[in-house]
Amino acid sequence: MTPAKKILITGNEACGEGAVTAGCGFYAGYPITPQNELTAYMSKRMDECGRVFIQSESELAAINMVLGASLTGERAMTTSSSPGISLMQEGISYLAGCQLPAVIVNVMRGGPGLGNIAASQADYFQATKGGGHGDYNMVILAPAGVQEMFECTYEAFDIAERYRNPVMILSDGIIGQMMEPIEVRYPQKSVDPDKSPWALRGCKGRESRSIRSLFLKEGALEEWNRDLQRKFRTMEAKEVRYETYKTGGARLIFVAYGTSARICRAVVDKLRQEGVKAGLFRPVSLWPFPYKKLKGLDKGTTVFFDVEMSAGQMLYDVRLAVADDSRVLFHGRMGGGVPEEADIINIAKKAVKRK
Amino acid sequence: MSDKALKDGPMHYCPGCGHTMAHKLVCDVIDGLGVRERTIGIAPVGCAVLAYDYWNFDVTEAPHGRCPAVATAIKRLLPDRVVFTYQGDGDLAAIGTSEIIHTANRGENITTVFVNNGVYGMTGGQLAPTTMLGQKTATTIKGRDVRRDGYPLKIAELIALLPGTRYVERVSIHTKAGVERAAEALRTAFKVQMDGRGFSLVEIVAVCPTYGARSVKEAYDRVENEIIKFYPLGILKDEGL
Ligand SMILES: Cc1ncc(C[n+]2csc(CCOP(=O)(O)OP(=O)(O)O)c2C)c(N)n1
Ligand code: SF4
Ligand SMILES: [Mg+2]
Repeated sequence: MTPAKKILITGNEACGEGAVTAGCGFYAGYPITPQNELTAYMSKRMDECGRVFIQSESELAAINMVLGASLTGERAMTTSSSPGISLMQEGISYLAGCQLPAVIVNVMRGGPGLGNIAASQADYFQATKGGGHGDYNMVILAPAGVQEMFECTYEAFDIAERYRNPVMILSDGIIGQMMEPIEVRYPQKSVDPDKSPWALRGCKGRESRSIRSLFLKEGALEEWNRDLQRKFRTMEAKEVRYETYKTGGARLIFVAYGTSARICRAVVDKLRQEGVKAGLFRPVSLWPFPYKKLKGLDKGTTVFFDVEMSAGQMLYDVRLAVADDSRVLFHGRMGGGVPEEADIINIAKKAVKRK
Repeated sequence: MSDKALKDGPMHYCPGCGHTMAHKLVCDVIDGLGVRERTIGIAPVGCAVLAYDYWNFDVTEAPHGRCPAVATAIKRLLPDRVVFTYQGDGDLAAIGTSEIIHTANRGENITTVFVNNGVYGMTGGQLAPTTMLGQKTATTIKGRDVRRDGYPLKIAELIALLPGTRYVERVSIHTKAGVERAAEALRTAFKVQMDGRGFSLVEIVAVCPTYGARSVKEAYDRVENEIIKFYPLGILKDEGL
């Protein structure tokens, strides 16, 4: 650990600095609000560090540049917001199919379609349930502040490399654009792609290699898929991340991530002041979703209250964990709306009275 | 494993298919330049997608049309390697138009081998951007009609206009002399890259006898009598070596 250094930056910049500190050697991106600061930050920092920055002609090109960079063994990242991430889905599926690491950041905005540029959490399904075609998963990390934007990104590169699989940071416009002081106490990492046992860097001194996702021989693709599935099961077992806040003895537990989790945390404190035993469960890994941990908080009568900036997407995972829909409440705002503390408190109080 | 760029053994291409000769030519040039061990090839989605089964150097496959984006990143990170894309006309001139234009325009120091056979071979002989007017395909059964299907796209001419490109040539491999010229063009294009001069592209007018004609001979005759009249052979841009 290097000594902590305090800096005041935006979430988007923290994400970029996390990548730079993690040894990201290649960045490609295409401007889109609300993540423009990130692309701009990378254009400056990658140059300063003598690494490669490309402003691509589209998100399609960006994700495929990342694929090219990744297959040389370098750490590679692209960032975008919802519509751009939709465009990248084929490439993300190829990354998973080719078993290539990469970090993809989605600073979510309102949808569907062009939507608006306000913060949103409506890409949860896309991120956690596939997005692209075929049977694949990726670790999805949801930072709830500027410090975590740095930390999740920093760690994402290791996770991606450990499994040779893309990792997504699922953030939103509020987290991306807010400013907070963060502590940077992480060592600069670097990778040596020449040591990679799978990268394509020319076949000098070894047999030639190929990296691909096409398997036409009878049974070959199913076999490949079985290998992928084994990997995903390991990820499910090892990469679960979450935070609990005042859940001990709680009768009502909020389940929320990102910006919604920040709001719910404040709500928990207010409800506690009024004598309502409330707590917060915050998944940090949205995939793998912390089903067991959430289930473990269930005392049989506990009320769970899912709050999202969407019509209710994580809600399905919460219901799956609790396995009793009648005790899972939901409040969501769509299209860039942000849940209001007062609305959440009203619903919570009514529910607790009823029980 | 041998130290030749082309692996031994049969290729899966149909009899008379242009990809067989195009593979051989590319591999001969790589051997001739002695760069096999530092070459990275990017195969397209199209009939040539299985190129990694035939090429004895590092090969990857890109999503349909995206070879130039993949190649861009590889070359930026590994500037001393020889990086080339191998693309069909659907891959390069339809779905991947944006990537090829911007890669060329950025002057990326890579080489593109563009195999123009005038149809989508892999998916069953549909209209390609390069399909001739009046040509019958699976999706133009009455022949390509301008009002319905638009004009054939001379994308090599378009690419030659871009300031980032250094060398663009169109060759054909339907004659012995054409094959020899094609080898020379490919060698020049790779050398442009090895000299660090920027983007180079060789369009190889090839045949897809399976979907372009009733016989291999008819396909070759069409190249001579029709296709190279519309797609003239020769150097479209040469900014000196
Ligand atoms: C995104 C996407 N769209 C469509 C396809 C289906 N597809 C595969 S190859 C191809 C066309 C290939 O034609 P061309 O590039 O001319 O190559 P050829 O087979 O003629 O050599 C198409 C449309 C695909 N694989 N991926
Ligand atoms: S379908 Fe056409 S392009 Fe494909 S292998 Fe056969 S002849 Fe070649
Ligand atoms: Mg074709």
